[in-house]
This record gives sequence, C-alpha cells and structure tokens, in this order.
Amino acid sequence: MAEVEETIKRIQSQKGVQGIIIVNAEGIPIKSTLDNSSTVQYAGNVHQLLLKARGMVRDIDPQNDLTFLRVRSKKNEIMIAPDKDYFLIVIQNPTE
Amino acid sequence: MSVSHKVGTMKSKQVSSFVMQDEEEGLDTAEGEEWMQGKTLVKPPDQLDLTEAELNEEITRVLKASNPNAPQNVVRYSFKEGCYKPIVFVDQMAIHFELEGNLVHKESDEGRRLMAKQAEVDDGGGVERPDNVAIKAAKREQKLTNQFNFNERASQTLNNTPRDISCQTEPPPRANFSATANQWEIYDFYVEELQRREKSKEKHEGQFLNKEEDKSKKKMIQAETQNDDISQLAKAVKIIERMVNQNIFDDVAQDFMYFEDASDEFRGEKGTLLPLWTFQYDKAKSLSVTALCWNHKYNDLFAVGLGSHEFTQQGGGMLLFYTLKNPSYPEFIFNTASGVMCLDIHEHLSYLVAVGLYDGCVAVYNLKKKTDQPIYNSRASSGKHTSAVMQVKWQKDDLDSNHNFISVSADGRLVSWTLVKHELVFTEIIKLPVIDTIPDDLKDVIPTVGTSLDFHKQKDYSFLVGTEHGKIHKGSKYYSSKFLEKYDAHFMNVTRVKWNPFHPDVFISCGWDWMVKIWDQTMKSPVFTFELKTSVTDVAWAPYSSTVFAAVTTDGKVHVFDLNINKYEALCQQKVVSKKTKLFNIEFNPVHPIIIVGDDRGHVTSLKLSPNLRKKPKEKKGQDLPKGPEVEIAKMEQLLSSMR
Repeated sequence: MAEVEETIKRIQSQKGVQGIIIVNAEGIPIKSTLDNSSTVQYAGNVHQLLLKARGMVRDIDPQNDLTFLRVRSKKNEIMIAPDKDYFLIVIQNPTE
Repeated sequence: MSVSHKVGTMKSKQVSSFVMQDEEEGLDTAEGEEWMQGKTLVKPPDQLDLTEAELNEEITRVLKASNPNAPQNVVRYSFKEGCYKPIVFVDQMAIHFELEGNLVHKESDEGRRLMAKQAEVDDGGGVERPDNVAIKAAKREQKLTNQFNFNERASQTLNNTPRDISCQTEPPPRANFSATANQWEIYDFYVEELQRREKSKEKHEGQFLNKEEDKSKKKMIQAETQNDDISQLAKAVKIIERMVNQNIFDDVAQDFMYFEDASDEFRGEKGTLLPLWTFQYDKAKSLSVTALCWNHKYNDLFAVGLGSHEFTQQGGGMLLFYTLKNPSYPEFIFNTASGVMCLDIHEHLSYLVAVGLYDGCVAVYNLKKKTDQPIYNSRASSGKHTSAVMQVKWQKDDLDSNHNFISVSADGRLVSWTLVKHELVFTEIIKLPVIDTIPDDLKDVIPTVGTSLDFHKQKDYSFLVGTEHGKIHKGSKYYSSKFLEKYDAHFMNVTRVKWNPFHPDVFISCGWDWMVKIWDQTMKSPVFTFELKTSVTDVAWAPYSSTVFAAVTTDGKVHVFDLNINKYEALCQQKVVSKKTKLFNIEFNPVHPIIIVGDDRGHVTSLKLSPNLRKKPKEKKGQDLPKGPEVEIAKMEQLLSSMR
C-alpha cells in the first residue's frame, strides 16, 4: 500500500507529468491530482476506450490481455494502465 | 266505365260482374239521386239505344254458384286417345280471403301434446318446491289485504360496511442483471473455475495441517479487502512508471536501441562510448559502488552493491537492483548492516543473490520474497570470515543439489558455503599462502588478503585468486592443501583477475600498479602488458569477443582494448564521469552492446559501445555463426602464438 503511494508520488514528480488519475472498475475516479471536471471527463472517456480496447484484444485471442494503452496527441500523451479492478491514467507532456 | 248512369236506365246494364255492378249501382243510385237532380243527363256514346218496349222488358236474373272467372273450356291431352279432350268438371271455387290461424284443436295430436306439456310444467313446479307452492298460495292469499286497515312495515338489518382488506406480500428482491458473454469472458470463467478446483483439491489433501494457517490467512485476506484501495494497483503503477520514464528518456532509449555512431568509419580503429542512462539513488549518496553484476536471465536487470572501500569510512551498505526500463528508481532495495563488498547472481536461479559484506558476513537474498532480510545470513555462524569478504562466486549445485558459493576474504581463506535448508554451512577450502617476507611466527596471525577470485568457465574446479601482494594463485577445488601455480603479477594489490570466456588458458589481471596483464596459464610471464596512467580498479572481458576487454581506472576513464585490432593501444580511452570521481567497477551486458560503470559517488553510468569496439573478425565464405566460440579461440591462439 505504501509502496504504491510512494511510486505514485515519484511519477508525479517526474518531468512533464501533468496529472494522475486512479479510477475504479465502475469508472468512478477515486484519486486524482487534477481538478474535478477534468478528472470526470478523463475518467469517463478513458473508461469507454479501455473497454473497447480490451474487448478487441481479448476477442482476437482470449488468452491475451491488454497491458497498457498509450494515446499520443499533439499536446500531450495519455497513458492508461489497466488492472483487474482499477485503472490508472497518467497525462504527460513528453519532451520532444 | 263511366260513373254517371242514367237514372232510368237501371235495367239495361253491362254484363260483367253482377256483384260489382250492384255495388256501383247502389252507390251511384244513392248518390245519383241526390245530386243528379240538378244536372242534365249525359248519355255515354256507346250506350245502346233501346226502344221503350225493349226498355220495359223484364229480364230475369239467375244466381248461380258457378265461378264466372273459372275457365269453361279446359282441355287436357289424353295419352290414352292421343288427342286433346275437354275436361267437363272445372273447379268453381274462388278464394277471396285466406288467413292461417294458430288455434289448435283440443282433440288433434298437437293439441294433445301441448296440453300434456302444460300439465307437466305445472306438475314439475309443484314437485320441486312444495313449500313454495304453498307459500305462493299463501302469499297470494295474504296479498288480499284489508284495504282500509293495512300496515306494512319493513326494517333493514345492519349492513356491515364493506371493507377492502388487501394484503401485499413482500416482493422478491429484484436486481437488474446484464452481462456480455464474449469468448474471452467464457475463457476467464473457465480458468477461474479450474483454479478453484485445484485449490479445493489442495485443501482436501492438507486439511488438518493447514486449518490454523487458513484461519490466519482468512483474517489477513479480510483485512486486505477492507483496505480495498490501491494496493492492487502495484503492477499497473509499475508499468506506468516505466512508461513515464520511457517518455522522459525517450531519446536515450532510441539511442540505446538504434544509434550506431557513423563517425566511427572515419576514425580508423578508434571507438567511442556513448553515455546512456545514469542510475542513482538518493539514499546511496554517501556510498560508493563496490560491485556490479548483470542478471543472466533478465538482461536489463543488474545489481549494484554499495559500500565503502575506505577502511575509515565504514557505515551501512545497500544492495540495489536497477532495470534499464526504469532509470529513475531501483527495482529492489536492500539495506545491509555493513558495506557490501561483492555480489554474485546465480547463473540459473536469477533470484538468488550472494553478497559479501565488509564485516566478513555473507548473505544470500531471495528476490522473489518480499522481505528486506536475507534468507541466509552467516552472522552468527562460527565459520564466518574475520575480515572483509572480497569476492563471492556461485558454484554449481553439489551432489545433494544444494546451492553453494565460494567466498574469498581479506583473512586469507577460501570458504565454501552451502545452503542447507535454513542455514549456511561452511567448508573451508584453502588458505592463501603467506608470503615469505613475513616472519614465521607471525604467519598465522597476518593473513594474505585475497582480493579477487574467478572460476574457470569450463573446468570449474580450477580457480584463480589474486592477493594483496600482487600474486595470483591458481588452485583447484580438489586440492585443499596447496596451490597449483603462482604468478607474480603485480607489485601492488591485484584488484581483478578474470578468465577469458572463450580461450581456456587465458586470463587477465589488473592492479593498483597501473598495469593490466594478460596471461597464458601455461606461461609464467604475461603475454600482454598494458600500462594505464593510474591505478586500474577493474577489468572485464567482452562476452562477444575473446580479444576485447575493458578496464576502468581511478581517474574516471574507461579503456577499451581489442587485441585483434591493436595489440599495444587502447581503442578507446574515454572519461565518462566528472572530475575527481573514481571508477570502481565495470561490467559488460551479456546481450546488449552496453557497459555499466560504477563510481565512488554511488552512481552507475551506462554507456553504449560504438561499432568499432564491437568488431567481429571478417567472416570468410563458408564460416557459419555456430562456429563462434571456436573462432574466438582460434583468434586468441593466433595472437598468443605471435607473441611467443
């Protein structure tokens, strides 16, 4: 538990990281470093995308599973790591 | 027929129907007599003019019963005579009016039937309700009441107010359930089912023994689930951290994978080292790197031992594991009581790490366990070294398939440690010979400090030990009394001795006397000697070539040599750390073309070898890759022979 907290703090302090959101299995954000409206927006949209992506991967091969998802846009990069009951979203501005 | 008739012409009439005429005449005469008085007589044009005589004639009328409308001359064909014959008798009946009535004669069948039916009805009613008949009769009688003095009173009973009582049962609990049934959900379910079954089987078998354990485990599990939160996120968080790091160090990662220094072509033989990541840990600032080791199974994982080389500055130590995938934070962190001097990762079981400490202890860590403590520790055991452990090396499992490793320490002893169940059992192998300069009576007291140890790659009973006095001893595990060979290598401390990974007879040594020497074990004097301007702290052979090696010195430089290309000079002499930082360790990655160097600030720097430093001998046509090791050996042999 403490390890996870520590790791999250470390990620937060890395260069270019704009925010971290932890969302539970139902799509409700439980922890976030961004403001409420953005958090809710991210959580909702990412949840749907994740379901789709995971469904696709497992559909093709049921023994396979999604490890992580990166969405790179012009302004930043959204990294999504799903877990059994939660998923983690990190928004970073990659140094280019 | 005209209506008007002459009054006087009653007798003369038209013969059509005496009945009708009579009526008309009757009417006419009645009416005629009344209003004909004022009118003149009109004579119809077709009236017969009769004389008076004729007019006075009496005509007799005869009433007949014959029907004037009936035909008088009906003729029928007679088949008997074959001709038409008149019928004499003609029906004379004329029907003027017909009406069907519903009166039925009493005596007729139908009448009798109806009478019978009526009687039945009366009788039936009487049989079923004999009371009623009587009551009815009585009622009928009662109804005949007194007209003048009659009271009728009625009362109504109390009607209970109708009430609606309804009862509602509690509805069965309902829940909306929706789910999808994809191929992978079905697969998941089956996998879980399988696991559950296996667990239940295990429980069945070990039921009695594990009852208590299960109870405690259950409590633990409950506690964990109550915390729900994010402890389950450990894996995801780790992945994210690596992703974030990958983004930050994106250019470095790209260099690591793809960058090949193109300018090497123009540099002739020389090569360069491209700095990649730097690994550092906050809490290790005061410590210096004393040992490095790559993991054989996971090529991106390496271990760093931190401690201090100085006798006066001894504090705690650390064992860190880094991965190239996450340069910002170590994967595993272990704190040790005293400085780590050396470490070795087991070749096959890459989770076992043997560590030698400054205070003479050896410890074995298991990376799979989550604890911070070593699984084996030689602290209390009697055979522990009395002085710093300088080198540990894992050996092959012994006959009882126990893991074991050998350590050499500053107290001059070579000890073999075996991991038996829960403890370390030591076996002394050999004691380093004391040099002659020490007087005999002190020989037992002042030991020969062993500084380096290496085991032969193929004949693993054969080993080399380097000492503080600059000697290298070759020994064998089977001979515990004596060393096989002694080489006068250096004038000062031998910091490293290493066998060549390919050639069975070649080994390299380096020392504080600024020298790096390459030996053939059959010869007493070195084959190659190189002088680097400062104390050489470490040297390592490259895993991809038998003629390439690298050395680090205390001035912060890395020297890379390839004997195949240049026998006298280094191909690369590069300063990789800032001023006044000493380099202590160097290791080649078994797979990737990178090296890691450890310095006295606790930092580990990774460097990429440029193509010139990685040259393989030009392959002639027909030479395949599997011949690799032999090619290397041949290459070395060629070199050696040229020097002899």
